[in-house]
Amino acid sequence: MKITQISVFLENRKGRLYDVCSLLGGHGVNIRALTIAETESFGVLRVVVDKSEAAIKLLRENQFVANFTDVVAIEVPDQPGGLASILKILSEHDVNIEYMYGFVEKFSDKALLVMRFEDTDFAQQILAKQKIHVVTEKEIEGL
Amino acid sequence: MMDIPFWNREIETAERGRIEQIQFQRLQETIGWALKTNLYRKRLSQVGVNSSDDIKSLGDLRRIPFTTKDDLRVSFPKGHLAVPMNEVLRVHSSSGTTGIPTVIYYARQDLDNWTDLLARSIVATGAGPGDIFQNMMTYGLFTGGLGLHYGAERVGLTVIPIGGGNTKRQIQVMKDFRTTVVHVTPSYLLHIHSKLGEDGIELKDLALRKAFIGAEPHSENTRRKLQDLLRIDAYNSYGLSELNGPGVAFECVCKKDMHVWEDAFIVEIIDPKTGEPLPDGQEGEVVLTNVVRRATPILRYRTRDLAFLHPQGCDCGRTHRRLSRILGRTDDMLIINGVNVFPSQIEEKIMKIPEVATNYQIHVDKKGALDRLTVKVEIYPKLFLGEVSKLESLKHRIVEELRSSITISPGVELHEPGSLPVYEGKAKRVVDERPKD
Repeated sequence: MKITQISVFLENRKGRLYDVCSLLGGHGVNIRALTIAETESFGVLRVVVDKSEAAIKLLRENQFVANFTDVVAIEVPDQPGGLASILKILSEHDVNIEYMYGFVEKFSDKALLVMRFEDTDFAQQILAKQKIHVVTEKEIEGL
Repeated sequence: MMDIPFWNREIETAERGRIEQIQFQRLQETIGWALKTNLYRKRLSQVGVNSSDDIKSLGDLRRIPFTTKDDLRVSFPKGHLAVPMNEVLRVHSSSGTTGIPTVIYYARQDLDNWTDLLARSIVATGAGPGDIFQNMMTYGLFTGGLGLHYGAERVGLTVIPIGGGNTKRQIQVMKDFRTTVVHVTPSYLLHIHSKLGEDGIELKDLALRKAFIGAEPHSENTRRKLQDLLRIDAYNSYGLSELNGPGVAFECVCKKDMHVWEDAFIVEIIDPKTGEPLPDGQEGEVVLTNVVRRATPILRYRTRDLAFLHPQGCDCGRTHRRLSRILGRTDDMLIINGVNVFPSQIEEKIMKIPEVATNYQIHVDKKGALDRLTVKVEIYPKLFLGEVSKLESLKHRIVEELRSSITISPGVELHEPGSLPVYEGKAKRVVDERPKD
């Protein structure tokens, strides 16, 4: 099951990241996971929030360039080697990961990671077949 | 009193009457060639000039309408070619205001004439056989490289055809070959100076004595600075490819502005608004007619450069008038490290890229001694899908598209929509932060 990540284009300007976070925070939107991909001249903020639709509307109304990206929330054994074991399975089945980052909360006793795949549908098939637990949008909202 | 060197003393010190006689004769011949071209046939006929005999005095030049860069764009590729293509030995081109470049063709005699003018220019500065000449201007379709190259060979200098760029190598070559004369843009020469010492080569290890500087406007202060820093004499050079390239005007050993070679070029200074001629001493737009080129005759070309002609003679005894340094432009053309860039070229390319919205800005500043061009664009929100690599490759694509038109690589910055100033109508999108020395 896919979940929604919001990607926000950030110019290399002082305070831009703060502007995004204070906007979301000021409207009761809670950030569940985030990461920033940066280059020399700009950044892309990737964020999973509890109210995606409201958040993207808010961002666009405030002149931010923001869009939805499909990602998957995967549970990973919370122990040394836990991530490696998942990555091994994905690699053996030719599932290509573009990037990943961690959630602040856990869903169960396992660690929770956001993963963006080159081919999301194919990845989900493999995850299901390999019985790797994927957390749904609704379950994310409840975190 | 220093010894004044001449390549062709007789012509260079000829009486004004004799110069004008030569101009008139050559103008008539040039009109004959111009009538063979699509560009001029009709417009000459419209003012009653149907053969070279219809030009009865130098004053008749004023009957002929001006030629603009736009005329050359419209007549691309061969509308201004006066000879069959198999008589053309060389083709050069330079920036056009749009994607269409300006092209100039040279027949054998034209190349010989051009080379001779450069030989004359080089000798006027006191350079000669025994000098080691490092030609640091771009070769290829630009006229700066090959122009001085052949002129220098004709005089008998030892020529190092190194072209532009690769600063470390330039300095190494200066040391290895004991270069005495360079041809370069003033900003690049300043840049070279700033890099001395980095690889263990100091000024004392070099043998430089003269620099021919041109291709970009620069002040007397800049020339003095170069001379002081490098302990050389620096001579100003003026030219444009439409009129051959370098060798239209050059400074002599007096270094008090550049002699226009008036047996080869008829120079006029006009009021850019009215087109009326202005007297010597008054600043206006430089208009040039090349009377020693048959393949591409160009009559009364509006250079868009602003300057004045000195009424007084020069201490060297030459009777060819001196043109001041270029004081500005009548259009919005930029010169970035010696390369002409029209904002319209940039606009044309930006408009063709769908991921980029229509708001953009052209930013020019200095990075050390060199000019730096940055094009700032706003990205189009709908096409942003969150991938860094796509944005990076968009940036590279924009750089490549621009480079294919303006020949240099600009910096490109991606900005959020609404973050750049909004331009209304034909307002200038160019922000030029270079100090007006």
